Amino acid sequence: MLGEGIIKGMAETARNFIGSYSDPERLVTVQYPEEHIPAKQNARNFPFLVFDVEDPVAGLRCVACKICEKECPPQCIYIVMDRDDKGKPCKHPKVFDIDVSVCMSCQICVEVCPFDAIKMDTEFELSETNRYGGLLLTKDRLSKSNEYYHKIHSVEAAEVDARLADEKAKAEEKVKAKLAAAATAKAAAQAAKPVAG
Amino acid sequence: MMPMQTLEEIKKRLESAVPGVCVEIVSNDSPCQQRSLLVDRDHGPQVAAWLRRDDALRLDYLSNVTGVDWPEVVTKQKIKVKRKVDGVEKEVEEVVQTRSGGYLEAVYHLYSMELKQGAVVIRMRTGDRDQQNKLPSLTPIWRSAELQEREIYDLFGIVFEGHPDLRRILMWDGFEAHPMRRDYVEPDDYEYEPTPHDSVLAKAKAHYPPEVAP
Amino acid sequence: MKTTVVEPPVPSGAPVGLPAGDGRFSLLPKTSFDGRVETELLEVAMGPHHPSTHGVFRMDVVLDGETIVKLKPVFGYLHRNHEKIAENVSYLASIPYTDRLDYLCSMTNNWAYALSVEKLAGLEPPERAEYIRVIMAELTRLANHVCLIGFLAQDMGALGTPLMYGFREREKILDLFEALSGSRMMCNYMRFGGCRLDLPPGWVREARVVVDNFPKFLEEFDNLLSGNEILMARTQGVGVLTAELAVNAGITGPMLRASGVNYDIRKVDRYGIYDRFEFRVPLGDHGDVYDRYMIRLLEMWESLKILRQALDDIPEGPVMDPNAKIRNFKPKPGECYERIEGPKGELGFYLVSDGGANPYRYRVRPPSLVNLTVLEDMCLGHNVADAVAILGSVDIVLGEVDR
Repeated sequence: MLGEGIIKGMAETARNFIGSYSDPERLVTVQYPEEHIPAKQNARNFPFLVFDVEDPVAGLRCVACKICEKECPPQCIYIVMDRDDKGKPCKHPKVFDIDVSVCMSCQICVEVCPFDAIKMDTEFELSETNRYGGLLLTKDRLSKSNEYYHKIHSVEAAEVDARLADEKAKAEEKVKAKLAAAATAKAAAQAAKPVAG
Repeated sequence: MMPMQTLEEIKKRLESAVPGVCVEIVSNDSPCQQRSLLVDRDHGPQVAAWLRRDDALRLDYLSNVTGVDWPEVVTKQKIKVKRKVDGVEKEVEEVVQTRSGGYLEAVYHLYSMELKQGAVVIRMRTGDRDQQNKLPSLTPIWRSAELQEREIYDLFGIVFEGHPDLRRILMWDGFEAHPMRRDYVEPDDYEYEPTPHDSVLAKAKAHYPPEVAP
Repeated sequence: MKTTVVEPPVPSGAPVGLPAGDGRFSLLPKTSFDGRVETELLEVAMGPHHPSTHGVFRMDVVLDGETIVKLKPVFGYLHRNHEKIAENVSYLASIPYTDRLDYLCSMTNNWAYALSVEKLAGLEPPERAEYIRVIMAELTRLANHVCLIGFLAQDMGALGTPLMYGFREREKILDLFEALSGSRMMCNYMRFGGCRLDLPPGWVREARVVVDNFPKFLEEFDNLLSGNEILMARTQGVGVLTAELAVNAGITGPMLRASGVNYDIRKVDRYGIYDRFEFRVPLGDHGDVYDRYMIRLLEMWESLKILRQALDDIPEGPVMDPNAKIRNFKPKPGECYERIEGPKGELGFYLVSDGGANPYRYRVRPPSLVNLTVLEDMCLGHNVADAVAILGSVDIVLGEVDR
C-alpha cells in the first residue's frame, strides 16, 4: 500500500517523542548551564603545571627542559629558563606560556614530559572577552597544586605519585649506595696504604 | 589463489611485452620491504596499460598517486686513492662529489580488485625540477588518478601531459609556487595573530601599513 | 547561491528590431527552427556555503532548465597543507593532526597512520592493543554511518528527525571514546606500537551495553526510513554508478560495494586481526543512492557482529610494544604504504623516511577526495535536488578532501 512506509515511520517518531520524556535510553542530553555532566576520569582540555608543596613557585615540578615546547604540534608553548645572578641556568622556568587559542588539547606535552610536571586540566569554561591576552595562560595561571590534580584525575594522580615516590626512593638508595661504595673504597684504600708504603 | 608474481618476474615479462622500455627495481631497506618499479617516462602509459591488461596481474585499481620531491643533494666523500706523485706511488686523499636527486617523482600504488592482489608500486621521474617537469598522465588508463594528479600538479609542479583537466585543485588559481616542494619558503605577508612567540609577531609587523603599525 | 543568467527571459511584447550582436543582452526572442523558444544554459555555483555541501565545498553546475549538463567540484577552502605540517613535526606529533582529517572518524585515522609507521619501523603491537583497535574502528564505523544516514535524510528534506536520532546513538559511542581517550572527537588515542592507555575499569561492560542496545536503534531506523516512499522515490535509480566505472575511478568503501564490487580491505588485506572475526560484506545491486544508504545500514549490523566477538575475546596484557619509543623515534630510511578500510573507504598513509626524526614524505590517501572523482558522472542528467542527494551519499568530509 502506498504510504505504508510513511505511516510506519510516523509511528516510530511518535514512539520516540513519548519516549523522550520517560525512557532513559532516549534521554542523553542535559540542560547545560544548570546541569553538568561529571567529567570523566580521563577527560582532558588544556594543560596545567603541577606544583608539589604549598609554594607554587619553588614547588613547580617543571625544570624548563623545553621538551614539550619542541614536541608541541601547534607550537603553542613558550618557555624561558630562569637564570641566577651569575647567569647560570637554574632548573626552573622563568616564563611558561601556553596560548590556549592555539592549543589543540592533544596531550602530547603530557606524554613526553619526563618529570610528570605538566598534566591535562578538565576545566572548559574559559571564555574571555580579550581574544589575545586573555587566552594566553601564563605561569601563575597555569600552576595548580597536586591536590587539585588528585581531585580531577584521582586514579592517574595516585599512579604518578607512587611512581615519583618510587623514583625518589631509588635515587636516594643510589646515592646511599654510592656513598657506601665510596666509604668502603676509601677504607680499602686506607687499608691498602701501609702495604704499599 | 596463486601467489602474486615477484617484481623480478614482472620486470622480465614487462621488458618482453613493451619493447624498448627501461625498468629498474628500486630497493627498500625498511622492514616492510615494499619495493617498486622505476619506469622510464616515455613508456609510462604503455607500461600502465599492460599492467592493467595482463591476465596474471589485472591491476585494475589505482589506489594512491603521490609526488615526492628529491632536490639535488651533493654528498662529499673522502676516499683514498693510490696515485703517482713525483714518480712515487702514494696514497692520496681525494674528495669525491656524488650528486643524487634533482628530480620530481610520481609514485603509483596499484592493486587488483579482480584478483585481490597487490600492491605493485610504479614510479616515474622527471628530468629535472624546473624545465623538464613533465610526465605522461595515467588518467586515461585509471580515472582515479584524475584528482590526485591534479593535486600533484598543484603541490609539486609536475605537469602531466595528457591529463584532461589539469588545473590547480587545493590552492587558488593565481597562486604561483608549489608548496610541497622541499625548498618552498612560506610567504610572510599574510596576517599573523599574536602568539607568545615574538619572532612571529615581528614577522607580521613588517607588513603592517605605517599608520597601523604599533 | 550565486546565479549567472546568461540571457534574461524575453518579456512578451518586446520591441522587435533591436540589434543583438554581442550575445550578452538581447531583446530578440531566439527561436529554433520549429518555433520553440530556445533557452540558454544557466551556470549555478552551489556553495561554498550551502547547507547540503557538508562543509565549504562548491559545485559549479551548468543547468539546462532543471537538468544538470555539467558539474565540476571545487574545493580547497579548508586546505592547510596537512602533509607539509606533518613533514615538519616528529612522527608522534602528527597523530593529533590525523584526528583532524576526517573529524568524524579520528580513531580510524589514528589507526591508519599508526599502522603505516609500524610497518615502516617494524613494530608489533601487542594482542590486546589489536583488539582495542578493532573495537575502536568498528565503533567509529557505527558513529560515522549513523551520522551519514542522518545527513543524507536531512539533505533530502527529512529535517532533523533521522539526524537527531542518529546523533543520539552517536552520543553514546562518543561517551565511550571520552571515557577511554579523554576526548570525544579528537581522540588522539592510538600510537605506533599499540595504544596510549589501557581500557579503564568497567569500560568493556559499558561498551557491551551500547552494542546490545544498538540493534534496537537500527531496527527503528529501518522502520523510519527504509520503507519510506518519499525516500525511495528520491533515491532509487538516482546517481547510478556502474561497477566498471567505480573500479576504474578508484572508488572505495560502501560506495564501491553498493555498485556490487566485492572489495573490503578488512577481508583482502586482513590487517590487524580482522582474520579472526566472522562477518560478511554486504553488496549492493544497482549502485544508486538507495543502495548506498542500505549498504551502510547493513554494514552497521556486521560491525555489531565484529564488536560482540571482539568484546568477548579481548585478552589481558600490555597495550604498547616495549620497543616503541615516543621521543627520538627515528625509523630506518625507506618507504611504506599501508591502508585500512575506513568508514568512508580506503584510507592509506604513504611515508618516506630518510632516517630523521620527521618523515621525509607524508601522504594521506583520502577516500573522500577520490570518491568525488565520479560526482559529475553520477549527477549528469539529474536535477539539482538530486545532486544534493548524490553528494550526500558519497559521504565526504571536507577536512579530509582539502587536508
